Amino acid sequence: MDDVITLNYEVSPDDFTRAGEASSDVKSKLKQMGVNPEAVRKVAIAMYEGEINMVIHAEGGRITVEISPSEIKMVLADKGPGIPDVDLAMQAGYSTAPDDIRSLGFGAGMGLPNMKKYSDDMVIDTTVGVGTTITMRVTI
Amino acid sequence: MDKFYHSVRLDPELCKGCINCIKRCPTEAIRVRGGKAQINSKFCIDCGECIRVCPHHAKHAVYDKLDVLKDYEYTVALPAPSLYSQFNNLDDVNIVLAALVMMGFDDVFEVSAAAELVSEATRRYIETHQEQLPIISTACPSVVRLIRVRFPNLIPHMLPLNPPIEVAAILAARRAMEKTGLPREKIGIIFISPCPSKVTYVRSPLGTEKSEVDHVLAIKDVYPKLLSYMKGVGNESPELVMSGRIGIGWGRSGGEAGGLLTESYLAADGIENVIRVLEDLEDQKFTNLQFVELNACNGGCVGGVLTVENPYVAEVKLNRLRKYMPVARSHMGNVSKAVLHWTKEVQYEPVFRLGSNMMESFSMLNQVERLCKKLPGLDCGSCGAPTCKALAEDIVRGDASENDCVYYLRENLHRLSEEVSILADDLAAGGNGGQETLNILKEYIQRISSEMSLLDNKDDDDDE
Repeated sequence: MDDVITLNYEVSPDDFTRAGEASSDVKSKLKQMGVNPEAVRKVAIAMYEGEINMVIHAEGGRITVEISPSEIKMVLADKGPGIPDVDLAMQAGYSTAPDDIRSLGFGAGMGLPNMKKYSDDMVIDTTVGVGTTITMRVTI
Repeated sequence: MDKFYHSVRLDPELCKGCINCIKRCPTEAIRVRGGKAQINSKFCIDCGECIRVCPHHAKHAVYDKLDVLKDYEYTVALPAPSLYSQFNNLDDVNIVLAALVMMGFDDVFEVSAAAELVSEATRRYIETHQEQLPIISTACPSVVRLIRVRFPNLIPHMLPLNPPIEVAAILAARRAMEKTGLPREKIGIIFISPCPSKVTYVRSPLGTEKSEVDHVLAIKDVYPKLLSYMKGVGNESPELVMSGRIGIGWGRSGGEAGGLLTESYLAADGIENVIRVLEDLEDQKFTNLQFVELNACNGGCVGGVLTVENPYVAEVKLNRLRKYMPVARSHMGNVSKAVLHWTKEVQYEPVFRLGSNMMESFSMLNQVERLCKKLPGLDCGSCGAPTCKALAEDIVRGDASENDCVYYLRENLHRLSEEVSILADDLAAGGNGGQETLNILKEYIQRISSEMSLLDNKDDDDDE
């Protein structure tokens, strides 16, 4: 038996109607697995925020989710503009989202702070002009 | 009491084994096996969608017949507000209530009157439980059942108040006992329902140990009889009405929320929409909401499967009826809080979990993932499961096999016949296998015919 279930998702750019598909698929699988509801909630919220970020800032990307019996690891990789100042981006309420995105109700500046809040461990690997890879872990 | 009691049932005689219901069931609770539909009682939430879509009327609801009135010395009718929406040009609820008495009930107690008390108590509850926002309505039993099996994180947000039907039953029973001096068991409290979900609530309630409703009749059964009695109600019909705009508004989507006098609410109706809202609520996609009203039926209770009128026409009629009513006629006053509050917590029932523990579920999920890659992904329903993924889950649970998939079988047949033709070519070319090749060839042909008969069995099932 494999000890890790790997799931891959493409996040398509500029498609808000599809943002959230990956996180809801993972959510339903975790429920079938009987993962405790609180961990499911953390994964769903952290991953949804990440998906939305990829749509808004990075023209989509790729999400790889590895489920093992002890933790859920989410790797969100994009080839977007990168984050010039990670500390600033992590501040609650700080947002670079353009007005058209804000008018959709997004861009409240809570994306990264929420991802950090709802994951047990988060590592941001970003290079301006190259892209960003965020790895989040939630312990089961 | 069976915690998975159901009022939605199947009549195997009428079932043709088609795939209409399996495709429309919002919790994927139905499978066609051996040519007949089967409802998984753990997954079913009694929403009635299958009753609506079955072209052969093989799905039905269980409820009581009018002759239950004979079992009691004194009976009280509890009309749902949606009942009033079934009649043309009704401008006075008293006519319906008087006709119910003429029909044989000794008294009436409007569920809409109790609804006004629930509205008042909900307003107070929201005020004092800001940390629990948004509060999710619990008046629709199918929604409560859905949350119980699928949305554990939302259980703490559920409004822990009895639905209007229960509050009405408690108050009606008390009033009847005071009035008549009869013991409780000689009094029949009888609800007139728009949906099977309320039957389920009465037989196996969530939030309370036992319902005070004794029997449930269907609006569609009462309607024709009531209609003829209504013609006989004179101008001097007694003043029986106890509810106003707020209470009667509960009969349609948005009515419960409307009674809260807040603008930060959401009201969703139709089971698919309800599921989407619950998913989004769970992911915290909504902010600044105080209240979430959810109704499994399109249009709210007026859309129940036991009603007769088109739900949207019914809504118009209800709105017209409400127009000149006072805002409310019933108030909490000295009604005790105990009448309204849940006495029993609702527990999460993880019925969709694959295995009995997490390691087992994990390995089963892994198998499901692998099977999904093998299955064609057409979600054709021929196997009796609504989707390829559902079939994969059934296989892993041991309830189905890969051979249930016609595409899988067909591919197998193709592969076998290709191998047969290679062997035959080999034999024809005078290869040195001789007798051995011939034996293998025979074995292959046998396998082909046994797989073919599997396909034939499938057809037989469908023809039954």
